Amino acid sequence: MNEDQRLIQFEARINAGEKIEPKDWMPEAYRKTLLRQISQHAHSEVIGMQPEANWALRAPTLRAKKILLAKIQDEGGHGLYLYSAAETLGVDRAEMIEQLQQGKAKYSSIFNYPTLNWADMGAIGWLVDGAAIVNQTMLAKCSYGPYARAMLRICKEEGFHQRQGYEIMAKMMAGNDAQKAMAQDAMNCWWWPSLMMFGPHDADSPHTKESMQWKIKVESNDKLRQRFINRTVEQAYHIGLTVPDPKLKYNKETMNWEIGPINWDEFWNVVKGNGPCNHKRMAHHIKYHNKGQWVRDAAIAFAQNETFVTAL
Amino acid sequence: MTKFIVRLIFIKCLKAQPICNDEHKNARYNFCLRLADNNLILAQRLAEWCSKGPILEEDLAITNMSLDLFGQAESFYDYAAAVIESNSSADELAFLRSEREYLNTLMVEQPNGDFAFTMMKQMLFSAYTKLLYESLSKSVDRTLAGLSAKALKEAKYHLRHSSEWVIRLGNGTNESKERVQFALNELWLFVDDMFAMDENDEALITIGVIENTKDIKPKWLMFIKQILEEANLQITSNTNSISGGIKGIHTEHLGHLLCEMQYLQRAYPGAKW
Repeated sequence: MNEDQRLIQFEARINAGEKIEPKDWMPEAYRKTLLRQISQHAHSEVIGMQPEANWALRAPTLRAKKILLAKIQDEGGHGLYLYSAAETLGVDRAEMIEQLQQGKAKYSSIFNYPTLNWADMGAIGWLVDGAAIVNQTMLAKCSYGPYARAMLRICKEEGFHQRQGYEIMAKMMAGNDAQKAMAQDAMNCWWWPSLMMFGPHDADSPHTKESMQWKIKVESNDKLRQRFINRTVEQAYHIGLTVPDPKLKYNKETMNWEIGPINWDEFWNVVKGNGPCNHKRMAHHIKYHNKGQWVRDAAIAFAQNETFVTAL
Repeated sequence: MTKFIVRLIFIKCLKAQPICNDEHKNARYNFCLRLADNNLILAQRLAEWCSKGPILEEDLAITNMSLDLFGQAESFYDYAAAVIESNSSADELAFLRSEREYLNTLMVEQPNGDFAFTMMKQMLFSAYTKLLYESLSKSVDRTLAGLSAKALKEAKYHLRHSSEWVIRLGNGTNESKERVQFALNELWLFVDDMFAMDENDEALITIGVIENTKDIKPKWLMFIKQILEEANLQITSNTNSISGGIKGIHTEHLGHLLCEMQYLQRAYPGAKW
C-alpha cells in the first residue's frame, strides 16, 4: 500500500469516527500536530502548578489549604498523564522537558500572569479551569485514542476545580469590603486572559483547519469561547462580580453574550515571552529541574545496582 | 444488621470518653494539640516543595504526604477542642495562636534543606509517628484510638516512601550519600525532643490513655538502625541535643513559618474564607 492509499484509509477511519491508536499508521503531520498539542498541554499543567503553589503556604484555612494542594497535585497528575499520552507518539518526557526549557515547546500563556491575592486562586479555578473544561470536553472527542481518554479523566477533576474556584469567589463576594475588592481585582485580571485561552479568532488561527479535518479539534476557537462566555457571565452576575468589559451585551436573538474586542496585541506579546511572568516561570522550572539532577542521578545509580533493588 | 449495631456501639464509644477530671482533660487537650501541631507544621514544610520536586512523581508524592498531614492536624485539632468543650475551631487553633503556644517537636519545624534532608526528616519523624499511632490506636480513649488508627495507615506509607529514598540515596552516588549523611548528622540534634514527655503524659499514662508511648524510643532506635544500616549511613557520635518543643520553646525557624501561614487570618481578623 502506498502513502496515498494509506492516507485515504486513515481519513476514512477518522470520518467513520474511529479512534487512531499509537501503533496505527498516521500521517507525519498528524503525529507532529498531536505531539505539539499534547506536550504543550502537559507543560501547561506543570507550569500551571507554579502560580497556585505561590499561595499554598498562605491559604487561609485548613480546608482551603487541602483543596488547593489537592488541586495542584491534580494538575501535576494531569501533566504526568499527558506526558505519557505524548510518549505514545515516540518522544520521551526528558526530551519534551528539554524542548520546553529551550523555548521550542510552549505552554498556555495564561500561566504567565501573577497571582497577587488569594482571590486569584478562586479566579484560576473558576475562569482558567472553567475555560479549560470547555476546551477539554471538546478534546475528549478527538480522534487520537490516548489523548481523548486522557481528557475524559482530566475533565472530571477540572470540574471540581471549577466549582471550588467559584466557591472561593462567592465566599469573598459575601465577605468584607477588602475581600470583595480582592475578588473584583482577580476578576479584572483573569477575565480577558481566560478568553484568550481559546486562541485567536477562527480566521486567524493557523492550526485550526487541518486539526478539524483530522478531528484533533472538533469545534472552532470562537465557538468554544462563546460557550464559555455564556456560561460564565451569568455566574459572575450571580455573586455580584462585574465583568470588566463595558461593551458586553446580551443578544436576544442569538442568545449569546457578546463581548467587546479582545486585545490580541496583549495576547501575542505574552505568547512571545513578554508577559509579566514568562521569565519567572521558566527560570523556576529550570532551577528546580537542575537542582533535582543529583536526585535523579542517585536513583538511576541505585537502580543499576540490583542487590539493593531486591533489598527494598 | 450486626454490622449496623457494631457501628452504633462504635459511635457511642466515640462519644463516651473515659471519666476524667479537669487535670486529665487539660492533659488530653495538650496531648492532642501536640499531635496536631506536629502534623500541621510538617505539612506546611512539605507544601513548600510544591512545584519544586526533583521529578514530577516526587512533587506529587510530597504534596500527598502534606495533604495527609494537614488532614490529620485538622482531626486532632477538632478533637482537642472537643475535649475541653471549647468552641475553638480547628482553624483558630491552627492559625491564631502565637509561636509560644505551639507544642510541636523541633524536628518538624526545621527548614526542608535539600531533598535528602527532607526525606531523612520525614523518615525519622514517620518512624516515630508509626510507633506512636500503633500504640495510641489501642488507647482507652476511643476517639484518640480511632483517629490514630486512621493516621497510622498514612504514617506507614510516609515511612515506606521516605525510608526507601534514604536507602536509595545512601546507595546512590557519592554526592547523594554525602547529602543524606549530612542530613542525618544535622537532624540527630532534634531526635531526643521527639520523645520528650511532661506531666501531661504522666497523667494520661495513669489513666491508660497513652499507656505504652513511653516505650517507643528503643523500638524507634532499633528500626532506624536497620534502615541506616541498609542505607550505609552512620549515626553521628555527637550526642548534643536540643529540646523545648513540648514547652513551646522553639527554634528560630518556626516564627517565620507561622508568619507566612497565618498571614491572611491575621491581616483580616474575622473574615470568612
